[in-house]
Amino acid sequence: MEQKKADDQQKLLQNNSKSNFTHFFKNPVALIALIIVLFLALVAVAVSILSYYGIEWPMNPNETHLDARLLQPSLEHWIGTDHLGRDVFSRMLHGTVISMTVGFTAVAVSLSIGVSIGAVAGYCGGKIDQILMRSVDALLCFPTFFLILTAVALLGPSLINIIVVIGLISWTGTARLVRAEFLTLRETEYVYAARILGQRWWKLIIRHMLPNAAAVILITAILGIPEAILAEAGLSFLGFGVQPPQATWGNIIADGKNYFLDAWWLIFFPGLAILMTALSFYLLGDALREVAE
Amino acid sequence: MLSFILHRLFLTFFLLFVISLISFFIVTLTPGSPYPWGEMNPKISPELKEAFRKKFHLDRPLPVQYYLMLHDLFTGKLRSMKDELPVLRKILDRLPASLRLNITAMLFSLSCGTLLGIYGARHAGHWHDLLSSFLAFLLIALPGFWISYLVVIGLVKHVGIPILGTQSYGIDFPNEFSRWLDQTWHLILPALILSLGALAIQSRYLRASIIETLREHYILTAHAKGLSSSAIFYKHALRNSLRPLITGIGMLLPSLISGTVIIESIFAYPGMGQLGYQAVLERDYPMLVALNFIVAALVLIGNFISDLLYAVVDPRVRLE
Repeated sequence: MEQKKADDQQKLLQNNSKSNFTHFFKNPVALIALIIVLFLALVAVAVSILSYYGIEWPMNPNETHLDARLLQPSLEHWIGTDHLGRDVFSRMLHGTVISMTVGFTAVAVSLSIGVSIGAVAGYCGGKIDQILMRSVDALLCFPTFFLILTAVALLGPSLINIIVVIGLISWTGTARLVRAEFLTLRETEYVYAARILGQRWWKLIIRHMLPNAAAVILITAILGIPEAILAEAGLSFLGFGVQPPQATWGNIIADGKNYFLDAWWLIFFPGLAILMTALSFYLLGDALREVAE
Repeated sequence: MLSFILHRLFLTFFLLFVISLISFFIVTLTPGSPYPWGEMNPKISPELKEAFRKKFHLDRPLPVQYYLMLHDLFTGKLRSMKDELPVLRKILDRLPASLRLNITAMLFSLSCGTLLGIYGARHAGHWHDLLSSFLAFLLIALPGFWISYLVVIGLVKHVGIPILGTQSYGIDFPNEFSRWLDQTWHLILPALILSLGALAIQSRYLRASIIETLREHYILTAHAKGLSSSAIFYKHALRNSLRPLITGIGMLLPSLISGTVIIESIFAYPGMGQLGYQAVLERDYPMLVALNFIVAALVLIGNFISDLLYAVVDPRVRLE
């Protein structure tokens, strides 16, 4: 038994040299996570296209039926109805659009800031690196969610503001990782060679160093998406998310919490959606990280 | 050692300055009216508005406002826009309850996180490890407000146990012990839920750190000496993997305090998180600046102390 454990550990330690994508596709958990993520993205795109052409399936998310309030899940209303008789399943479909939009775009904002700051700090080193990284340290001291809440509440809650604020506050992790990657890349032979050939610094960063840090950047991006989704859900829950009548997973729960002893489905299903989505992104990111290492 | 302390001290003061800038400008540079009664209220005369602006230095240029805000904060004169009570007093009133909640949550996340991390690393590559990793990610992805409501539904509706606030009201406790028991019961649930995310992050850090240590040469030497694998794991690998754990504590604090904003408002727990949420709802500028600044400064001081402890324990750190 002891021997077997030691062997397992040894195997794990040696496995890293054989990293390729077949390894990834043999991991059932990662595969399921990937399928869920793709499915959610597809749902988000389909719902936004259909509602653009005025097609609401299965029901209009904002149509109220005061005679059908707080109905239990049934064949007609798959996830029941809320306190205004709106179909919760339709509302959750529209919530998917908000969650996916915030997840992907907020990460795009934070990536562009984090990658540029990390790249410059790692490439330049010295004083510039010191100043940039100390500002990152300062930002890391703040309670992130409270800072996001403060900024969004004062700016006024809207989709754009939420995306920009989450992006502006959560780039620190990316910057640190990209910097660490660039510090090692800087000492590689091909970078020396390019520098000797007289390559400009920005061209060197964009053409030669960034593509080699692509794996790290992709992984931080995927691990950043669930954080943005969870932050948006928290904001929505506190009433500072995208404003009603637009449905989000967070504000369905926020509305439902007033009826939580009578209508558990208003809280249970949207929360489950948040959990499954965030979990899938985390597992996917982690599996990719294992492949990259 | 002295030069190390001085260097760290200088760095800490510089960071404190950056933190004060961020917490001040994130509040003041955002558009919107600071008036608690609303910009367009017809019952408020221009003179009243002017007096309000003067009282909170809003008529001064931004750099002066920044200076006055900090000056008032450190001398304890900074007042909340809502009820004009000193900000520091309001925060200190909430501090004991907040500390109780956060320290309990910290203890939960440290102990359980360490156990989960060790379990994962001990079985690295085995399905036990996959399961514990999955559990950790499940806890990180768990929205705190959701699980709180599910727990509240379960306990209040089906078991009938009161859990809101810091203690049960309308009950005469026969002795101090039963009061203490009641308060502890009210504390444990929010603390437990608060600790879940931090617990998972802690376990991931520790697992990665142990696995990294297991690759060291001295572990190979220990194997060659013929030590049993559990002796190697617990005596050699684990002890040398604990350093990132201490850094982890510094990183946990901000996330715990963020969590309290939501958890405290659900459990009606009178801590700093709820104070922060109230300040956000009321657009109480001085309170927001003070809360963001004080929490970040506390984290910074915590990091400074843990850096010093490192330097005492591990001489290599002093040379870095």
